[in-house]
Amino acid sequence: MFRCYPAALVASLSLAFAAQALAQRNPLAGDPKAAKAGEYEFRINCALCHGLGARGGGRGPDLTTATKKHTHSDADMFQVISNGIPGTAMPANGTNGQGVGMTDREIWQIVAYIRSQEVKAPAKPIGNAAHGKELFYGDANCSLCHMVRGKGGRLGPDLTGVAGSRTREAIIDSVRNPSRRLALGLTEPTKEFPQEYETVTAVTSDGKQIKGVTLNEDTFSVQVMDMSEQIRSLEKDHLRSFQKTRTSAMPKYGTDTLSDRDLDDVVAFLMTLVAK
Amino acid sequence: MRASRIIAVSAAALLCCACSAAQVTFERLLNSAKEPQNWMTYSGNYSGHRFSGLDQISTRNVHSLIPKWVYQLGSTGKLETSPLEVDGILYATGQDDRAFALDARTGRPIWLYQRQLPSDIRPCCGRVNRGLAILGDKVFMATLDAHLIALDAKTGAVLWDIVAADYRTGYSFTVAPLAVKGLIVIGVSGGEYGIRGFIDAYDAATGQRKWRFYTVPGPGEPGHDTWQGDSWKVGGAPAWNTGTYDPGTNQIFWPTGNPSPSNRGAGRAGDNLYSNCLLALDGDTGKLNWYFQFTKHDEHDWDATQVPVMIEAGGKHLIAQANRNGFFYLLDRVSGKLISATAYGKQTWSDTKDSDGRPVAKKEASPTLQGHTVCPGALGSTNFMPPTYSPQTGTFYVTARDQCDIFSTAPQPYEPGHAFYGSAYFPSEDSEPYLGFLKAIDPATRQIKGTFQHTSPTWSGVLSTAGGLVFSGDAEGNFIAFDSSSLKPLWHFQMGGAVYAPPIAFALDGKQYVAIAAGSAVYAFGLP
Repeated sequence: MFRCYPAALVASLSLAFAAQALAQRNPLAGDPKAAKAGEYEFRINCALCHGLGARGGGRGPDLTTATKKHTHSDADMFQVISNGIPGTAMPANGTNGQGVGMTDREIWQIVAYIRSQEVKAPAKPIGNAAHGKELFYGDANCSLCHMVRGKGGRLGPDLTGVAGSRTREAIIDSVRNPSRRLALGLTEPTKEFPQEYETVTAVTSDGKQIKGVTLNEDTFSVQVMDMSEQIRSLEKDHLRSFQKTRTSAMPKYGTDTLSDRDLDDVVAFLMTLVAK
Repeated sequence: MRASRIIAVSAAALLCCACSAAQVTFERLLNSAKEPQNWMTYSGNYSGHRFSGLDQISTRNVHSLIPKWVYQLGSTGKLETSPLEVDGILYATGQDDRAFALDARTGRPIWLYQRQLPSDIRPCCGRVNRGLAILGDKVFMATLDAHLIALDAKTGAVLWDIVAADYRTGYSFTVAPLAVKGLIVIGVSGGEYGIRGFIDAYDAATGQRKWRFYTVPGPGEPGHDTWQGDSWKVGGAPAWNTGTYDPGTNQIFWPTGNPSPSNRGAGRAGDNLYSNCLLALDGDTGKLNWYFQFTKHDEHDWDATQVPVMIEAGGKHLIAQANRNGFFYLLDRVSGKLISATAYGKQTWSDTKDSDGRPVAKKEASPTLQGHTVCPGALGSTNFMPPTYSPQTGTFYVTARDQCDIFSTAPQPYEPGHAFYGSAYFPSEDSEPYLGFLKAIDPATRQIKGTFQHTSPTWSGVLSTAGGLVFSGDAEGNFIAFDSSSLKPLWHFQMGGAVYAPPIAFALDGKQYVAIAAGSAVYAFGLP
C-alpha cells in the first residue's frame, strides 16, 4: 500500500455512529484487553504526533494529563478522534495518512488506552505565571517576535495556544535549542501552508539584502517576512543570491540568559493561556 | 514540430474525423507509436514508457507554454488519474469513482459518471482512482467497492457492472485497467486488510471473468510453502498499479505489493511469495511464466507496484523498475533473471546482496517495539507515481524521495475488513527535512546522470517527449517542464493544488497539448 497523505475528508455521521457518540461513557471503559488493543491502534494512528506512549511531542500534546484542552468526557474524546479539530493539525479519523480509518470500536479502544495512561492527580503547577508574563513581555524579549492573544511580534509562531498542543518539555527544548527543530509537522497533510520558520537571507538584483523567515515557498518563489515584519514576495530567478537555513532566527536562550526558574515561569504563563 | 511530423499527425487526425465512430481496437493500442496524437493507455504505450512522440512543444518554445483550459471537478480529495485522450475526447477519473469525458479542445464536459459507493468501503489511502482503460467503444473503471464496470465511451452509460470481490472484507480497486486483446486486466488493492491478492482478466464485451491469478498461492500450489501456517489466507500481495504488456511474447508484466500485515513479519515466516514481485503472466491464460521478488519477507510496506518499464538495450530485452525499496532493478524480460540492482536514493536496509545480486535485508532493519529508523521510510524511495523512459535520450526519469521512518511493531489480530498493519511508522525527526527529487537514471550504466531537487517531495508522475522535454509536477502545485538532458526547469505554471497525478500529451488540429491533474482539476497546456 502507499498510505500517502490524503487531503482531509469530513467524515459523515451514520446514525449508529451518532448514537454511540452520544454515549457519555466508553462502552469498553476499564477493560484492560480493550486498552491493550487500543495501545496498538494508538501506535498506528496517533503516535505520529502524540508519541509512542501518548506523552506528546513536538507535534501534539501530552494525552496522559488528566485535563485536556478539547476533551472532558469519553464522548468528547470519541468525537475529537472521529472528526478532528478544525483549525488545528488534529485530523479526522482516517485522514492523517497513517491509517485507513478506525471503526467505532477501535476508537473506543483508543479512548480506553488513553484513560489507562492518564496520570490521575494533576501535576503540581510549576512556575510563577505572573512573573512569566512579565518576562515574556519584558526582559526575556519573547514578545518581540511572538504574539500572545493579539499582542506581540509576528516573526515567530503565535504562542497563544502552544501549551495546548506541545508538551512542556517540547516548549522548553524549543527555547533552549530553537534550531534543533523548527516548527514541525506541517508536512503533506497540510501542505498548502507548510511554514517552518526557516531563516532566509536574500540579495535582490539591485543589491539590497533581505533577511527574514519563510512564510511559504516553492521551487520558483518564496514569501518572506523580513525583520521589520514586511511581507516580501521574491522570485528566486531574480535574486542575486538566496540562502535558506534551518538555523532559527531565534536566539538560543541558555541558562545565562534565562534561568531554569525563569523559563519555568514563562512556560507557566503559557500554560495559563490554555487552561480551562 | 518538424514538418514531417505535422503532416503525419494532421493526416491521422483527418482520418479519425472521417471515421467518427472510431473504435479503439487492440491493433491501435499495439501500434500506439503510429498515432502519437492519442494517449490510449495508462502509460501511453504497452511498454510503460509514458513517452510522447510529439515534438511540437520543445526546448526551444516551451517557455511560451500557456494554459488552454481547466476542468474543475468541484470535489475534495486527491486526483491520481492519468487521463486518456482519443480522437478529440479526454477521459479521466476523479475522487469517489467519478469518470468523465471532456472535449479535449476546450475542456467542456461531455458526460460524467458518478458511482454510488456504499458508505462502508475500505480504501487504504484516499478515495482515489488512477484512470480508465479504453477498448472498442467502451471505457473501463475498477471501483473502490471492488467492481469492474464498462461505460459507453460516448455517453458514460453503464454497459456492464460485475463484482470482482467483497469490499466489506477490505478489497477495493484504485488501479487503471489495462486492455490486452479482448481482455481487461486489473489488480486488486487491500494489502492493509489482509486480503488475498489477485490479478483478474475480464472479457471486455461481456464482463465475464476469463482468468484470475492469485498472488498468494493456495495449498498445493508452488510458493505456498513460503508462508507460515495459515498466514497465506490473509497474505495481502495486492496488485494496485498498472502493468505492461509484451506482444512479442504475449506476456503481461504485473507488479505486486506488500505482504500482510505490512510491517510485521512475525507469524508469516518465509519469503511470502508472490508479494513484492514482478510477475510475467501469459496474456491469454494468466498462467505464471516467471516471477522475480524484489523484497523478500517485507516488513516495511515496500510494495513493488511501480510500473515495470520495458527497455531494449544492447540487444537485450529488459525490464527496468525503480523500486520503492530504493533500488533500481534491471531484469532480463525473457528469463526474469536479475541483471543489476543499484541504489538510486538513500537506503539503510541492505548492505549485502545474495548470489543472484539481489539486495538482502539486514536483520537489524526489522521493526522493533521501541521503534527503529530505516531508510527509505514506508512511503518508499518512490511510490505509485509512474516514471518515464525516453527512447530519445535512453534515460529513465523517476520521482524520488529521501525520507526515513521509525518502524515500531504493533501486533494486531486479523479481523475481516479491519486494518491489518501489525506495525506503525512515523517520520524520523533525524532525517527532516524530507527531500524530493526528479532523477535521471541511465540504464546502460545504472548511474544517476541528472538530479533536480524539488522544494519538498512530490507525488507527481513524469512524462518525457520527443521535444527534448520532461514534464512533472510538485507538491506546491507547480507544473514544470525540464530539459531532458540537463533537468534544468525551462517553464512552470502554478496550478494552485498539489500534484498526485502523471502528465500525458496529445495533439488536436496539429497542435500539441500536455495535460495533468492537480488539486481537484484537470489542466491542459499548449503553445499560444
